[in-house]
Amino acid sequence: MTRWPVILGAALCLAAVADPADRLANPAQEAQARSLFRETRCLVCQGESIDDSDSPLAADLRRVIRQHIASGASQGQVRAFLAARYGDFVLFRPRMTWTNALLWTGPFLVALTGLGLLIFRGRRRPAPTTDLSPEEEARLEVLRAPTDTLTTELSFKNASGLTER
Amino acid sequence: MIAEFGSFALVLAFCASFAQAALSFAGRARRDATLTGAGDGAALAAFAAIAIGFAVLIWAFVTSDFSVVNVAQNSHTEKPLIYKIAGAWGSHEGSILLWCFMLTAYGAAVALARALPWGLKALAVGVQGSLGVLFIGYMIFASNPLLRNIVPPVEGHSLNPLLQDPALAAHPPFLYAGYVGMSVVFSLALAALIEGRVDAAWARWVRPWALAAWSLLTVGITLGSFWAYYELGWGGWWFWDPVENASLMPWLMATALLHSAVVTEKRGALAAWTAFLAIGAFTLSMLGAFLVRSGVLTSVHAFAVDPRRGILLLAVLGVASGSGFALYAWRAPRLKDTQTFAPISRESALVVNNIILAAVTTTVLVGTLWPLVLEAFGRQGGVGAPYYNTVVGPLMAIAFVVLPAGPLLAWKRGDAKGAYQRLIWAAGLAAAAGVLTYALTDPKHAMACVGVAFGVWLVAGALEEAAGRLRLARAPIAESARRFVALPRGAWGMTLAHLGLGLFMMGAAFETGWRLETAAVLTQGGATDLGAYHLRLDGVTVAPGPNYDAEQATITVTDRAGRLACLARPARRTYDVGGETISRVALCLHRLDDIYVVIGERRSAGPRSAWLVRAFVNPWIRLVFLGPLLMALGGAISLSDRRLRIAAGRRRPVAAPRLAAAE
Repeated sequence: MTRWPVILGAALCLAAVADPADRLANPAQEAQARSLFRETRCLVCQGESIDDSDSPLAADLRRVIRQHIASGASQGQVRAFLAARYGDFVLFRPRMTWTNALLWTGPFLVALTGLGLLIFRGRRRPAPTTDLSPEEEARLEVLRAPTDTLTTELSFKNASGLTER
Repeated sequence: MIAEFGSFALVLAFCASFAQAALSFAGRARRDATLTGAGDGAALAAFAAIAIGFAVLIWAFVTSDFSVVNVAQNSHTEKPLIYKIAGAWGSHEGSILLWCFMLTAYGAAVALARALPWGLKALAVGVQGSLGVLFIGYMIFASNPLLRNIVPPVEGHSLNPLLQDPALAAHPPFLYAGYVGMSVVFSLALAALIEGRVDAAWARWVRPWALAAWSLLTVGITLGSFWAYYELGWGGWWFWDPVENASLMPWLMATALLHSAVVTEKRGALAAWTAFLAIGAFTLSMLGAFLVRSGVLTSVHAFAVDPRRGILLLAVLGVASGSGFALYAWRAPRLKDTQTFAPISRESALVVNNIILAAVTTTVLVGTLWPLVLEAFGRQGGVGAPYYNTVVGPLMAIAFVVLPAGPLLAWKRGDAKGAYQRLIWAAGLAAAAGVLTYALTDPKHAMACVGVAFGVWLVAGALEEAAGRLRLARAPIAESARRFVALPRGAWGMTLAHLGLGLFMMGAAFETGWRLETAAVLTQGGATDLGAYHLRLDGVTVAPGPNYDAEQATITVTDRAGRLACLARPARRTYDVGGETISRVALCLHRLDDIYVVIGERRSAGPRSAWLVRAFVNPWIRLVFLGPLLMALGGAISLSDRRLRIAAGRRRPVAAPRLAAAE
């Protein structure tokens, strides 16, 4: 499967992101900036984050984000700034808005519905008792009799009609 | 002339597929074994014809016949032979031919299958033939790989250098074998719905095909991930890129199918749901092919690179899965599910597995399509890795908690206390591993520690289950050894697959939590530190390759004590054709870790040259690739189970849910 359209140009992109010259002096701030880079789309490079891309736009965005962080903005403020300026498409982490409600809740709704059905079904129809009839007990004894080894277990499996009737 | 011969063969395959569908369906309707036998023959003929067409395309690539458009666009005389061959499936047209090749190969395999009952087999061959008509029709009318150039160029455009890589040469055949393997499961589901019998015996016939397709898909995805890991130079192995998601969706659904098919096979329950998953798995395979091949995802703003093709592929998908689901909606409600089970039972555990996998598939599906959905409403938005990690993480955690207990519970009504007693040591070990990891690592990364604990829990749980099956320490060694050989291989396949999942989890947690990264501009003799390692650039030499020139660096990596860990030789290749430059990563395997070194562009630092060197330590990363390979191996071992090879039809079906008054 060719993935190259997505990563075309990645060849040259030896992430200038980590270029020592651009890093913020404060390691905590640099770490914050880096985690934001990973959540920000490079708008001109098809699916790459600005952390991965080498394009001039990505470099500009990194500079802008580093400036914001250096001047004391929180990550949330930077995200809001990016979304306001470039649109939501720039964010890899969709914001929890009404527009995105289905996106965020859908998977959990599927899981909850499924688990709910499972529990409901279990409540409504309790498993029938598995008591064996006298002749079944007798047959079981015969099967159990020879040895308590593997062969027994296998033949017991073959006689599955016993348990599944 | 050979290319025309190939084109002719492709048209012949189209006709043979048509005959395959018509003869098989008619034969089944008239209960005429001669007709269905002819249908089987047509399936073999379709396969033979496609194989000839495929061989012709490979021949055109090997001989660099640039009068064929596809060859001229994707090959070059100076390309190494293996990439000339791989070029045959590197383009859109070629990959569709590979798809059709796999489709007819599976069709022929079904036609030759002896274990299937006559009616079901005839219908499955017929459905397989109909799929052949759709896909081969698409190929010859919209994407013929053997079209000629009127004026052949002297030299070809060559294949994208990033794709000239052994892992990626092997990636598409495995991936497509997996994708298209789901078509057999799909055909069998449709055939069973038409026949009106989706029961335990049916689940047993489906299982080997699902296992084979799932294992191949697992290998294909792992190869692709490994390729992305060392070819892209970003140090990561999964990017939640839409193309990756496209392959993950059918895998998730096939995983769910394997588990629900077990319930249907052993207990006759969940038959309708298993059939749904069988149809869904192939639908998602086709959706994956459409998403990747139409170009709808690479550029969210244009519908397709070639809109006509995108729409046609969408139509093929719509017809195939639309008729599948329509048939399902019509027939499935009449499947009576009579089996009951207690809330604590193996069935329940497997149902939880299915619920979670369905939810994760939904996550990936919705996330991948969300930008398109928003765009349809005139809005825009993006979905990326942070979303998937946030949503998939907690969901999988639920499945992981339940997983080791599942195989310990009995069918129908399980003994929760017994399972708890057997697993308490595993839980303790997992908790200890998590706490220990937290204490010993720096920086502190709580989520990764939870991941490690889950990995240990899965591995320990799988071992406990296997030990119980062997009666280790409770029976003499000889008895355990005998059990090891005699017990069904399917169970060992399961153990391996679950072990693989645990190892993958540990690797993924370590890698994401404690990956180290550095970048430095180094002159010759310059050095930089990376965690416990010390990297020194010894020099950069020029090394010519077959169709590129490379700048190769030699970097000595030593550990803290000054011992040599490895010699890394990352390179930058500039290809003769197109002048593209790609970096070749140097991977040094040091214990379970990779030291990952990339060399960047040359910079002038005063009078001397300097290079940007980027390096990662990826702890335990090899488990990320080893785990899935173990899972695939588990699938293969399970496939070799004797029980799947003997005539399963003779087995008395267990309380088969039948269509009420089907005929």
